[in-house]
Parts: sequence; C-alpha cells; structure tokens
Amino acid sequence: MVTLLPFHSPSADQADEARMSSQTMPSSEKFISIEGIARRYPAPGGKSNTVFENLWLPMRRGEFVCMIGHSGCGKTTVLNILAGLEAPSEGVVIVDGQAIDGTSLDRAVIFQGHALLPWRTVLGNVAYAVSSRWRKAAKPEVTARAQDAIATVGLAGSEHKRPSELSGGMKQRVGIARALAIEPKILLMDEPFSALDALTRGTLQDEVRRICVETGQTVFMITHDVDEAIYLADRIVLMTNGPQAKVAEIVENPLPKSRDRTQLHHAPGYYALRNHLMDFLVSRSKTLRDAMPAGYDPRHPPVIRPSLTEVEGAAPAADTAPARRA
Amino acid sequence: MAASLSLRAGLVSLALLLAFLLTWQIAVGGTAKTEAMDPEYAALMGASATTGKSAMPGPLDVGATLWKHLKDPFYDRGPNDKGLGIQLAYSVGRVALGYGLAVLVAIPIGFLIGMSPLMNRALDPFIQLLKPVSPLAWMPLALYTIKDSGLSAIFVIFICSLWPMLINTAFGVAGTRREWLNVARTLEVGPFRRAVTVILPAAAPTILTGMRISIGIAWLVIVAAEMLVGGTGIGYFVWNEWNNLSITNVITSILVIGLVGMILDQLLARAQRLVTFPE
Repeated sequence: MVTLLPFHSPSADQADEARMSSQTMPSSEKFISIEGIARRYPAPGGKSNTVFENLWLPMRRGEFVCMIGHSGCGKTTVLNILAGLEAPSEGVVIVDGQAIDGTSLDRAVIFQGHALLPWRTVLGNVAYAVSSRWRKAAKPEVTARAQDAIATVGLAGSEHKRPSELSGGMKQRVGIARALAIEPKILLMDEPFSALDALTRGTLQDEVRRICVETGQTVFMITHDVDEAIYLADRIVLMTNGPQAKVAEIVENPLPKSRDRTQLHHAPGYYALRNHLMDFLVSRSKTLRDAMPAGYDPRHPPVIRPSLTEVEGAAPAADTAPARRA
Repeated sequence: MAASLSLRAGLVSLALLLAFLLTWQIAVGGTAKTEAMDPEYAALMGASATTGKSAMPGPLDVGATLWKHLKDPFYDRGPNDKGLGIQLAYSVGRVALGYGLAVLVAIPIGFLIGMSPLMNRALDPFIQLLKPVSPLAWMPLALYTIKDSGLSAIFVIFICSLWPMLINTAFGVAGTRREWLNVARTLEVGPFRRAVTVILPAAAPTILTGMRISIGIAWLVIVAAEMLVGGTGIGYFVWNEWNNLSITNVITSILVIGLVGMILDQLLARAQRLVTFPE
C-alpha cells in the first residue's frame, strides 16, 4: 500500500525543515511573483464571493509552470490577472521587478478559443501583433517577422489562408505564432489544447515544448490534463476546488528536461507522479479545500519534490498519506 | 436523375408567370358586343361599354408601354412629360443623398452607443420614441423649416434610414466578441486603432444588415414622399399617371420600382457577403 505512495506529504515538522532548506525561492530568482492576490465578486445582499484569496506563487525565469485544478477554482482568473486583463481585488503581481498594471506586450496570451480575427489571413493575424509590438516598423520587416513566427509553428505556405480554412490545430498554431511573434517575456496559455483531438494535441505539445526549450521561454499554462502537465511542466501548481481555492502544493517535476513523449511513460516515477496528480484531482482537491493540513502557510505552499530514485526505492511515505488514500 | 433544384424552381416560376399572364389577358379582354346601341352613342362610350372590354390594360398593353419606355428612357418634354429613366434617376438620387447622410450620422453615433453603456442608456428613450414615427409625419415639419420640397424629401429619406442603421451598428459594436477585444488589449492597441481594426470589422456584418434594412425602407418611403412633394421622381410619376388615368403606366411603374428596389437590395447583400467571414 505504502509503496504506491512515493511522495511525502509534508507533515508539520517535515514542512518546517523543508521550508528552511528549499521551499523558499530566493528573491533573486523570482522573475514573476504573485503576492497575496485575491479575487472577489459581489454577491447579492452586499456580500461577496471569494474565488481565491491570499494566493502566493513565485516563478523563475525560463520556467514552465502548469496550474491544475477543477473548473471554478479560479485558474483562468489567475491567468487573466497575470495577463493584466483583470485586476486582483487584493495583492499584486510583480514581473521582472515591477508591479503589473494592465496588459502588456511583455505578456502574450494564447487563448483557449484561439481568438483569431476571422477577417484577417494567417499572415494578417500574426502581422497585426507584430505591428502592435513594433509600431514604427516598416511593412517588409513586419511581414518578415510574422513569416518567421509562422514558420516556427510549421505553417509556412498557409500564410494567405483565412482562419475558417484551417483545422482546429492549425488555428491554435496561428495563435501560438501570434504570441511568439511579439517576443514576450512570458507566455500565458489558457488550456490551449483542450479543444483539440488527442493526436493534434500531442503534436502541438511537442512543438510548444521544443520552442520553449529552445528559446528559454517563461511559460504559465493552465490545464486540466494531467499528462500534458507532466510532459510540459517544470513545476505543477495544484489548486484546491473553489470557491476560496488555495494553492494546495507545488510539485516539482522530477523528469529530466529532455523528455521523449514515446518513452515518457516508461520513465521511473512517471506513474507515481501521475497517480499523485490524479489522486489530487479526484479527492484531495476537495478534502484539502475543507481542511488544510496543520502548518499550511499560504505564502509558502508545500513544495513536493519527488526524486526518481526514491520512487524506485519506494521509500515509505509519510504518516498521513495512507489515511488519505483510505 | 432529377434536374437540379434551381432549374426545376425556375421552370415552376415560369409556368406560374405564364398562367398569371394568361389569366390576366383573358380577364381584361373583351368578348363580343354586349348590347345593341346607337352607333354614335357606342363611339362615345368606347370599347369598355360596347364590347365588354375592361378599362384595365392587359399584359400585352403593359409590355408595349414598357418597351416604349425602355426604348427612350431619358426624353424630357416639359415638367409633366419626362422619360421613366429621368424620373427614376431623381428618385435614386434623393435616396442616395438622404441615405448617405444617414450613414454618416448613424454609424458614428451607433459606435458611440455600442461602446458606451452610459450613452446607450441616455439615448435609448429618444430612439425608442422616434423610431416608430412614420417618416412621412416629419414631412410638414421639414417643409416648414427647410422651405424646399426636394430637400424635404431627402430629409424624410434621411430620417427613415437612420434608425435601423443606428440600432444595428450599436448592436454589432456592443456584441464584438470579448476575446477579440482581449487580443487587442494584450497587444496594447490604442482605442482608435482598436475601433478601426477590431470593432469595425467585427461589427461590419451587423452594420450591413442595418444598411440593407434601411435601403429597403428608404425605397418604400421615397415613392410616398414624391407623391406628396411632386415635381419629379418615380413616385410623382405614378401619381401623375393616375391623374391621367393611364393604368398602363401605373403598372409599368410598379414593375420598375420593384426592379430598382431589388437591385439596391442585392447590391447591399453583396456588400454584406464581402465583409462577412466565417470563423
């Protein structure tokens, strides 16, 4: 029983120790820092509904972070706040040393529904972003940059098609090209592949992974696909159910940076990691919302750092884990 | 294998037309002498009394008149005798002026209403009150203030074209997809560029729908307006021919009014297709 649960759940004393050693990210490493943000909506009777509050999350430069949680936990709101499309009710987001205020060309968004402008061609959609980024650029330069971005996502030759002539996967590629073309500091993706069939999703995940690894792009992505998170993310943020969602824990992905999709499920620790995430979505996302473990500090949510050897060695998991499983 | 649907539909249309023309011809055609009467009196009474022939012209009469008008559409023999082409040109010109002015006013104001919930609520009572007013009710006011019957007709066209365009523009602008606006926001596009590059193309199909409704109404109203103001135009021509008791010319006018209205509608339908892009 215990061997199935390779991960420590930080009990109070372990958590303290871990926090001392590794859970706090040094401020010099924080490229993005979400600091105590909350989102409340007014409710009838002068009250307010809190989607989440006191949410803290640091991100390093060049890191790929996935956020997982059920619908209604405020994932999209977090992303919209990062994008500047929504303002937090409380708290701030600091990017590269500056508190954000509204949208910015430094933070590109890949929308769930691709959000291409149907009256523009593929080239026109990407060039629109390029000419917004470099207002004074001459037309040939805009076209050249746009074509570069289109080639990066493998759509060279389709520049003059309109979105309606493209398949769902190709549309989302254009969305990715549009976001990459403005050379953002951060790429924000809101379930970008959820509307695609499994095969297309796989290819696009490969593309995104390749591009992000090559360019060292910092990415924040929302998904509810556990396999997608394992394949793409360096760290996976687990949100409890809403309302009043919290960051339950941050799982550091133990898989090596060079990942092969075909071999991924043979990697030691893959299934343990996957089961851990699935367990979270199936049951713990709800139980943890109702009662967080003692010693939970929203400023420093527990960081789970499974090691592959530990998985293989099946080190006994900590105290509370079996109870949870039962 | 059955012939294509459009071919079969065309054949049915043709058969219906022929049946209608035939019935018409038979209905108005004379039969024989209805009653014996004094030849002098008969000459005085004309064919309708002597042979039972209706005063209503038959399709052949109308066809002949139509042909006569088509052969020489632009003749001008004084204020009461102008070619059908000239009359139509006057009407189309008035519609173009009034309608064009309405476009210039309705689209910017529609943008304002669509983009600002405040202006939407503030202007709503005025629009709701003025929209149902028959455009011809404005005519006396226009005649009194403008003191020119031709310009008054143009004003009436303006006022009747305004509302559908205004309401549709506001509706289309307000209905711009949130995600397209978010694209513009994340790209830090300024308000003017956003209005031109995102909102206008997004609202264009709805705006064109309003323009198409407006041109239809304007073409309906111009005939009535010209009957009132007189002088020139196809509406005046119809009324003048009624006074002349030339039913043939009245029927001919009905045909060409329908034809021109159809052409105007088709032009805007084509324009609408040009700005509509499937997603």
